Amino acid sequence: MLYAILCYHDEDTVGSWTREQDAAVMKKLAVVQDKLTKQGRLGPVARLLPTTSATTLRKDDPPVVLDGPYAETKEQLLGFYVVDCNNLDEALDVARDLGAANPGGAYEIRPVGLFEPGSAAT
Amino acid sequence: MTDAAWIDAALTSARPQAVGALLRYFRNLDTAEEAFQNASLRALKSWPQNGPPRDPAGWLIMVGRNVAIDDIRRSRKQEPLPADEAISDLDDAEDALAERLDGSHYRDDILRLLFICCHPELPATQQIALALRIVSGLTVKQIARAFLVSEAAMEQRITRAKARVADADVPFETPGAVERTERLAAVAAMIYLIFNEGYSASGDTAEIRAPLCEEAIRLARLLLRLFQGEPEIMGLTALLLLQHARAAARFDAGGALVLLDDQDRALWNQKMIAEGLALIDKAMRHRRSGPYQIQAAIAALHARAAKPEDTDWTQIDLLYGALEIMQPSPVVTLNRAVAVSKVRGPQAALEMIEPLGQRLSNYFHFFGVRGAFLMQLGRNDEARVAFDRAIALANTSAEAAHIRMHLDRLMRDSQPRGVKAGK
Repeated sequence: MLYAILCYHDEDTVGSWTREQDAAVMKKLAVVQDKLTKQGRLGPVARLLPTTSATTLRKDDPPVVLDGPYAETKEQLLGFYVVDCNNLDEALDVARDLGAANPGGAYEIRPVGLFEPGSAAT
Repeated sequence: MTDAAWIDAALTSARPQAVGALLRYFRNLDTAEEAFQNASLRALKSWPQNGPPRDPAGWLIMVGRNVAIDDIRRSRKQEPLPADEAISDLDDAEDALAERLDGSHYRDDILRLLFICCHPELPATQQIALALRIVSGLTVKQIARAFLVSEAAMEQRITRAKARVADADVPFETPGAVERTERLAAVAAMIYLIFNEGYSASGDTAEIRAPLCEEAIRLARLLLRLFQGEPEIMGLTALLLLQHARAAARFDAGGALVLLDDQDRALWNQKMIAEGLALIDKAMRHRRSGPYQIQAAIAALHARAAKPEDTDWTQIDLLYGALEIMQPSPVVTLNRAVAVSKVRGPQAALEMIEPLGQRLSNYFHFFGVRGAFLMQLGRNDEARVAFDRAIALANTSAEAAHIRMHLDRLMRDSQPRGVKAGK
């Protein structure tokens, strides 16, 4: 069974780390990740840019684009995609296509700052 | 994290919201600040025992308000002190408050607080000092250090600013759409000023003043979270991030200024650049251009160039052209001329800045840029005159040293071959 582990923290706190502090945390995390990689168990790892860079597509009819992260609490996180796009407009086009196939709810679009594709088989 | 560290972080991030709300209740900056201080002291006692409250800002507002009201009552009636528990027992109160803070109230509270700090009657230096003290919560000592003045002088500057604000007429009603836009613009300008205070530091003081840049970015992010759909606030945040990303490359080991073309681009902070690029991308979608977005777009073109020769100067020329129309200023034209010199050569660039001579007759960069164009054209004698003038007008030793480097090169180049140096 694959498990997704979703990371939550106060972005003000993490954002205020110095370059050195940030690098120190990443180094400690890399030790854990390396162990998983060697066991062939690590899938994709992504670090997202802050919520200020987020855009939300509400899958209404027609879909509505809103600046900022998805703020409602009545829906739950059900899944995610990682898609290579040249810019936000392209990412929104992809989200619209997905939304047309599965209306209702919303997609939050966040640029990915760091991405490791990983190697875990099914 | 230790108790002290997380409480400190929670207090800092709750501060703008809490002081803003307390200011709305008391309509007096000193009372609001003192109420927040008192609430913070109680938090230091209560939170390690009881754990952090669900809504730290709500807790601080409620406690701060109660303590201040009690103080006012006590000073009026000399009544006995209320028991500490009576004030700290906040479970019910917190629920009611949390609900109210969910509304749009606190957005205008923070905006008003920032707006008061950049009141038009305050000179720029006082605006910045007041905002760093009241909104960011830096100590007078920290601010004095960043501004390279004595603590006493900074204390006086802040006291004066507060007195002026107290006399000034700042409306407390929720602002209308037009007024909110005006306030936002004034606040954005003030945040940009804070950033520039740090950014324009010379090599020997850059490290001491860097916190100003970081604080400006924090305030810009705060503003952006409150006004998520404002492209100019996205542009401002992007601009600050893209400029600050170059901080580590802007000075050499000796503290001398390193120009963009000569910077080691491996030292640029790619994380900040990625965030800045994402924000400008997001802003552009709105098709509502503005000065911050254009400046950020220019910074983005520099950030995207892996090598100086990859820089898209044609696009930068066009963007400065747009900025000239939006915000006409000789300094913008001067910057545009640098792009023009790369695209159309130094002669065209020189012609472009000639008409600016009178208005920029005391501006260091004008003579530095003019000298560089003249030097490229081989007009070395005129270049030397321009560089001499630039040195006389230099604001920092790093600026002067940079121009001297050009002069030395002119000397070497104009030395006729075969003739011994020195007389």
